[in-house]
Amino acid sequence: MIPEPGTLIALYTTMLRIRKTEEKLAELLNIPGEIICPVHLYLGEEAVATGICANLNDADFVFSSHRSHGHFLAKGGSLKKMMAEIYGKATGSSKGRGGSMHLSEPEKGLPGSSAIVAGTISTAAGAAYAFKLRGLKNVSVTFFGDGATNEGVFYETLNLAVLNKLPVIFICENNLYSTHLSIKNCLGDTDIRKKAEAFGMSSYRIDGNNVIEVYETAAQAVKRARNGEGPTFIEAQTYRWLGHVGPNDDIDKGLRSQRELDSWKNRCPVKRIEKWLISNGILSGAGIQEIQDTVIAEVEEALIYAKESPFPKKEDLLLNVYKG
Amino acid sequence: MRKLKFGDAINEALRQMMEEDERVFLIGQGVTSPWYVGATTTGLVDRFGPERVNDSPVSENGVTGLAVGAALAGMKPVVMHPRMDFMYYAMDPIANQAANWHYMFGGQLSVPMVIWGIINRGNEQSAQHAQALHAMYAHIPGLKVVMPSCPYDAKGLLIAAIQDDNPVLFVDERWLYEMEEEVPEEMYSVPISKAVIRKEGNDLTILATSWMVTEALEAAGILENDEIHAEVIDLRTAKPMDEAMVLASVSKTGRVIIADGGWRTCGFSAEVAAVIAENIPHMLKAPVKRVTLPDAPAPASAVLEKEYFPNSDTIYHAAKKLISG
Repeated sequence: MIPEPGTLIALYTTMLRIRKTEEKLAELLNIPGEIICPVHLYLGEEAVATGICANLNDADFVFSSHRSHGHFLAKGGSLKKMMAEIYGKATGSSKGRGGSMHLSEPEKGLPGSSAIVAGTISTAAGAAYAFKLRGLKNVSVTFFGDGATNEGVFYETLNLAVLNKLPVIFICENNLYSTHLSIKNCLGDTDIRKKAEAFGMSSYRIDGNNVIEVYETAAQAVKRARNGEGPTFIEAQTYRWLGHVGPNDDIDKGLRSQRELDSWKNRCPVKRIEKWLISNGILSGAGIQEIQDTVIAEVEEALIYAKESPFPKKEDLLLNVYKG
Repeated sequence: MRKLKFGDAINEALRQMMEEDERVFLIGQGVTSPWYVGATTTGLVDRFGPERVNDSPVSENGVTGLAVGAALAGMKPVVMHPRMDFMYYAMDPIANQAANWHYMFGGQLSVPMVIWGIINRGNEQSAQHAQALHAMYAHIPGLKVVMPSCPYDAKGLLIAAIQDDNPVLFVDERWLYEMEEEVPEEMYSVPISKAVIRKEGNDLTILATSWMVTEALEAAGILENDEIHAEVIDLRTAKPMDEAMVLASVSKTGRVIIADGGWRTCGFSAEVAAVIAENIPHMLKAPVKRVTLPDAPAPASAVLEKEYFPNSDTIYHAAKKLISG
């Protein structure tokens, strides 16, 4: 079922917010010394986080990876706090202790993101276990890449999730590359969905650049989870426009071809929903422009906030090693 | 007062905490098994059901990570590893995730969980069924490591560990499980980070952990026959260590043996020695002496095991040497 117009506009706005943020960050990363922490951009993958998170509420958990910006923003994390975190500021979402890879906003259902590949797959299952024990209808989601499916904990957790019928949703963002390595060079069988199916889990392989398809698939998965019907695995096929880390596309390094990149840019998830909204009469060109202007202003505002914010105090270095 | 064995004291701590706090649950391999972990979990599944007493598949990494996530979502998990050797598989969720979480996200969520690792050695079990890895975890910022040496502390420290807001390694030894002493029936906690003097003395200090406390006390008893009065301190917590008590006792006696059941190089004994050397070198009448495992894997053959594991005899001879200079 096609989502309501309001939902569709919200999906578009979120995707655009991620797009404009990441474009701005790519620009800033080209300025030497401007941003120091490693930044893994989400350009090209916006539809996945957006379509999934639009089905969740603040009490649901989203765990993420090193490529965390899209998930953070789609789940309602503060753009200002995220920018400040990337700039290592005291006002950042992790008070300057985490950087781009470690964003958290618990009140929005964002417990954290891990820089260890596959680092939050089991954690998300654990949150789901807690929800189940506590008798809550909440859902726990983890986002990870195709590379993470080569980690042993992925398989351990698929089994645990089915065994305990957990309200957890595994989102594999298959962007065809595990850092520099093509999926063909690191997976014997590139049909990732089948790996989950082998554990007896409901599993889907979808077009991750089609936000409506992502949204609808997630809606089913979330419904299943809330109804106590167990976990779901979604392989969302997508593509990252830039390299594993930083603002370059790695074509000059021979890691992939311009032709491949161009073919995926022609399948741009943002343009796709934009065209759809216009052709279905949901938004006009002026309406699109208005959203774009708003989002660009938000990004600028967040950037100013980040730059003007204070750094953490040196004397606070050892705060929070332990709680209490 | 009624007496309890070490294993039963753990059982009682788990039962009382699970009764008092519905956030507490137990997960791990063998928690419903009649033999995996002695009497420590007997009857718990009947009382609390299989969701709160989850006998898990052999997936140390996944299960420990699951416990981390459950802690982030409001639970207080106790994840049990019947042999520490298998905990290498769980290094990522313990060291990368649980230990860092509170700091890495600026002090927002914490990971209130207990990782219960059992040292289960001897009886010709060889190198992969023998390891005492407390030092490895004590190295990692954000973790606490407790090591009870008697039934009273087993109950009190497990309760304290569960009540703590941080990831706590609860490390015990199967060799302790039959030890029996008076244990109060009511709930109580033994403070983390506090050592205790098990025997007073002025001639030398023996700082010991876990099973080595038993050996140290036996050695100290024999030393009394030689008119040597050893002070025996049970460190109880490897991290954060009770440095004040260590330094006070060594300042008083001027001689110290550190008796630890782990390996020597970069072992827990090395850390204790460094704390003494950094703070009170001028108070030492003799060099610091360590009684540890040699830097070698555990052997199988009982003849070799006898050589491998230090005991009261090892400590006694070390003390005699220390006193005679």
